[in-house]
Amino acid sequence: MPDETKSPPPPPTGEPKGPAGAPNAPSVEPVPAKKPGDPAATTDPAAPAAPPKPAPPTAAKPAEPAGGHTPAPPAKPAGPAAVAWDSEMVCKLKGQYGSGIGEASTYLGQNYMVVDSSLIPEILHVLRDQEEFDYCVDITALHYPQREKQFDVIWILYSFARNQRIRVKTLIADGEIVPSAVKIWPTANWLEREVYDMFGIRFDGHPDLKRILLPDGWKGHPLRKDYGIIQQDNEWVQINLGIESGQ
Amino acid sequence: MADATKNVSHLELGDTDKTFLDSNELIINMGPQHPATHGVLRVILRLDGEKVLGTECVIGYLHRGVEKIAENRTYAMFNPYVDRMDYVAAVSNGLGYCEAVEKLLNLEAPPRANYIRVILTELNRLASHMLWLGTHALDIGAITPLFYTFRDREEILKIFEKYCGARLTTHAFRIGGCLYETYEGFEQDVTKFLKFVTPKIDEYEELLTTNRIWVERTRNVGMLSAKDCIALGVTGPVLRASGVKWDLRKAQPYAAYPDFEFEIPTGQNGDTYDRYLVRMQEMRQSLRIIEQAVGKIPEGPIMAKVPKVIKPPVGEIYHSIEAPKGELGYFIVSDGSTQPYRVRVRPPSFVNLQALEQMVRGQLVADVIAVIGTLDIVLGEVDR
Amino acid sequence: MLDDVTSYLKSDTTPGQAGNFLWAFIYILLIFLGLSVAVIAMNWLERKILAHMQVRLGPMRVGPHGLLQPIADAIKLLIKEDIMPSESDPFVFWTAPLIVVLTAFTVFIVVPFGPTHAVTDMNIGVLFMLGVSSLSVLGVVMAGWASNSHYPLMGALRSSAQMVSYEIAMGLAVISAVLMTSLNQSGTGTLSMIGIVQAQEAQATWFVFKFFPLGLIAFFVFAVAMVAETNRAPFDLPEAESELTAGFHTEYSGFRWSLFFLAEYSAMIAVSSIAVTLWLGGWLHPFPHWLSGETWDLVFSLFPGLTFVFLAGLTFYSVARMPKHPYFRVQTMGLAGFGAVLGLIGLALFAPPVRDRVQDIYWFAAKVAGFMYLYIWYRGTFPRYRFDQLMTVGWKILLPIGLGVLIVTAILGVVL
Repeated sequence: MPDETKSPPPPPTGEPKGPAGAPNAPSVEPVPAKKPGDPAATTDPAAPAAPPKPAPPTAAKPAEPAGGHTPAPPAKPAGPAAVAWDSEMVCKLKGQYGSGIGEASTYLGQNYMVVDSSLIPEILHVLRDQEEFDYCVDITALHYPQREKQFDVIWILYSFARNQRIRVKTLIADGEIVPSAVKIWPTANWLEREVYDMFGIRFDGHPDLKRILLPDGWKGHPLRKDYGIIQQDNEWVQINLGIESGQ
Repeated sequence: MADATKNVSHLELGDTDKTFLDSNELIINMGPQHPATHGVLRVILRLDGEKVLGTECVIGYLHRGVEKIAENRTYAMFNPYVDRMDYVAAVSNGLGYCEAVEKLLNLEAPPRANYIRVILTELNRLASHMLWLGTHALDIGAITPLFYTFRDREEILKIFEKYCGARLTTHAFRIGGCLYETYEGFEQDVTKFLKFVTPKIDEYEELLTTNRIWVERTRNVGMLSAKDCIALGVTGPVLRASGVKWDLRKAQPYAAYPDFEFEIPTGQNGDTYDRYLVRMQEMRQSLRIIEQAVGKIPEGPIMAKVPKVIKPPVGEIYHSIEAPKGELGYFIVSDGSTQPYRVRVRPPSFVNLQALEQMVRGQLVADVIAVIGTLDIVLGEVDR
Repeated sequence: MLDDVTSYLKSDTTPGQAGNFLWAFIYILLIFLGLSVAVIAMNWLERKILAHMQVRLGPMRVGPHGLLQPIADAIKLLIKEDIMPSESDPFVFWTAPLIVVLTAFTVFIVVPFGPTHAVTDMNIGVLFMLGVSSLSVLGVVMAGWASNSHYPLMGALRSSAQMVSYEIAMGLAVISAVLMTSLNQSGTGTLSMIGIVQAQEAQATWFVFKFFPLGLIAFFVFAVAMVAETNRAPFDLPEAESELTAGFHTEYSGFRWSLFFLAEYSAMIAVSSIAVTLWLGGWLHPFPHWLSGETWDLVFSLFPGLTFVFLAGLTFYSVARMPKHPYFRVQTMGLAGFGAVLGLIGLALFAPPVRDRVQDIYWFAAKVAGFMYLYIWYRGTFPRYRFDQLMTVGWKILLPIGLGVLIVTAILGVVL
């Protein structure tokens, strides 16, 4: 298969990342590893899939998780089933930022790392400029009301050169302000606005932080877990129609 | 609903006692009801004569809170909702969601299901591109291609209808595979369609590709360099037209795509004309994939062993596929219960639409229409 | 009085020249009626032809094959609520469509449907026509302005720029045709519409073939400019639906909107009439000099009747193809009646006194109909120009070509 993932920046010349971080993920792969010539391709757990060439055997990209790897029910998201992800890049970052880089793991073949919120713009900068994660796929958030630091803010990044995705996470408390990534990726503009709209997380340095999907006068941030749909509906019906909604 | 003028922010509507004639700048409100904004997109244009000085998109008119709905539905119950986002490419949406949940469950659809999925998804890509072509040409003033493309899209929808009973919001796939076995004569129908549609695509190209007015209207309009595309997160044909050879079907293959040979068409200039050419080429490549797939659908089950109650282990997954509009990603977080803790959809239209401002600044009003058309947005997906 | 009436019948001039007010009035009425019928027919034909180009059927419900659709639409438009924006300027808002309609109809005073079939023959006919038809831009600008709204204003701005630009190219093309009229023994030309056609008769050629390819190029310039003048595709920017919703008549509805509609189609017929008169030999039948003589005259004079009989035959064929279900009985009968009327008209046109009188009008109308078909064809084929490209075409392509043709025509006229 020819090199399909051409990307503007030249591919990394050095060895991308030690495959050490992925103990078993890349080697055994239960992907329906059908080769183009094989019509009756059946699931063959032994066939080492070499999907797209540019993907070096890293922990990230095999389309499917490790073979005998059954994710045990963990206690919290990305719990025990996730294996530590200690690639070269992570080591470098950890060496540079010390404890600012928290957990770095691989779950189901996908890498993520938890970063202290104070390091956010810097780490993203480094990831873009030095590690070639030049495409910000998505910015989103998660709400855990029972936690002290209620929100996870997540940046999903992709590198054309490495054909690899990572997720950068940071934990913040309600009301805490996250530095904006608009200066790093213009695409963050609307994505951050949506996070603000849905979770009420404010981004520092965003040029025009306002609601994007909901009308300006909307109350509350609907994707928070403590947002009551029914109450909102009742209130709206009462104010606008003057009746009880009966829900 | 708040005062509409509040949305205008930095564009400044000015004093109320002044009429628009007193100013050199004209602020035009295009949409949400406008024949060429492809739905309920509202664009506030700041004009100097015909020249666009700035734009601001106001979106959300079609917001249904899909992500919130997901948190209150089980995994299987949420499946039909994703069809309502990009309703012209419902099959692709369903494929992305099902595969994401399958990954979270750590299971895999059987090969037969994957082949059926690929055939239907590629048919859907054709349908989506046909709809794009018709409406895009209509925006630029060529009314005839619209009817041609709708005539041919109809054949695709008929296949969908025969397969799963629905034409538009198909809900064709289930978590773990497909619910329906292919109907009697499915292969023949698809093969017949391939024979039928190949000359039709030539017909569209005959009408437009070398049409002087079409070329003049689209060349050097809405330019976007590869660098800008990546910075803006633009994906899909828009990215490829700028010269970046990146397609998730090749970069991170899913379903049965590794089995098929196809090319990733790219452009050079990143203008509207290149995007047109890229999409036309993509239609032909889709035909190629379907042709390869339909002849060798493997035998076997169409459904993996999925537990009756879908309860993925705690964890999170991001899975994305190459939807007709670009990278369609699902970020699903499970807390171990029957309902997803969070489903985040990474909508290609939403991110691509953001590039509008940069693409039209300094161009003419007519170009705004051309660019909205060439971005191929579906407001159902932008607003979700 | 009666004398007046009968005396004109034997006259060889137009009623205007004969000073016969009664006949002039009758002609005006006839033209007005004929034009209205033509617009209705054009409406139906455009929808049907465009529909068939676009693999659909077009109107099929109101009457057999949607024949009554234009009438139903007209009734709908007349009884529709007439909305006037509260911020508009009522007087200008009202006047604008009137001006557009008046100019579109006034042009027809000098259009020669035959050597005597014109309301009058002015010695400055061409000038009058260009002058009056360019007044319609005033109505368009007024409409855009009075609406006090953004889209109409932009439509009006586009429209005025466009019409003014293309009028120049159009004028140059017209002048080169006028120059060609002076190529006779006495060297005197004419601006009279009838005179121009007679000059083509005298020179034994249509001007489109004169000084080949000069006449053809001038005709081409005019043919492009006239599409732009009438705001039709691919130059329909002032009412570009996908950009400006409906351009200058966005705020118009009901009766006032129908006036714009009427004016647009009459203007199309008007400019096509000019083109036919100037380059395509007006009322002359094809190859007037090669195919002359008694037999050919008889053959050509049979054409009007034959056309109607052919249409009647087509209608009866459709009647035969109508579904036999009782539900369609009324429609089938209506269609048959329509065919019978067409057939009767066709038979009437075979009568010798009628066919000699009508022949000129028939050939003129047939040529104009050819242009109308072109208009529809353009609309089905072309995307829309952008504003700057429109101006480029007008000023950088058509204008130099028009000037060049004019100069070369003038030189050739002296040399040859």
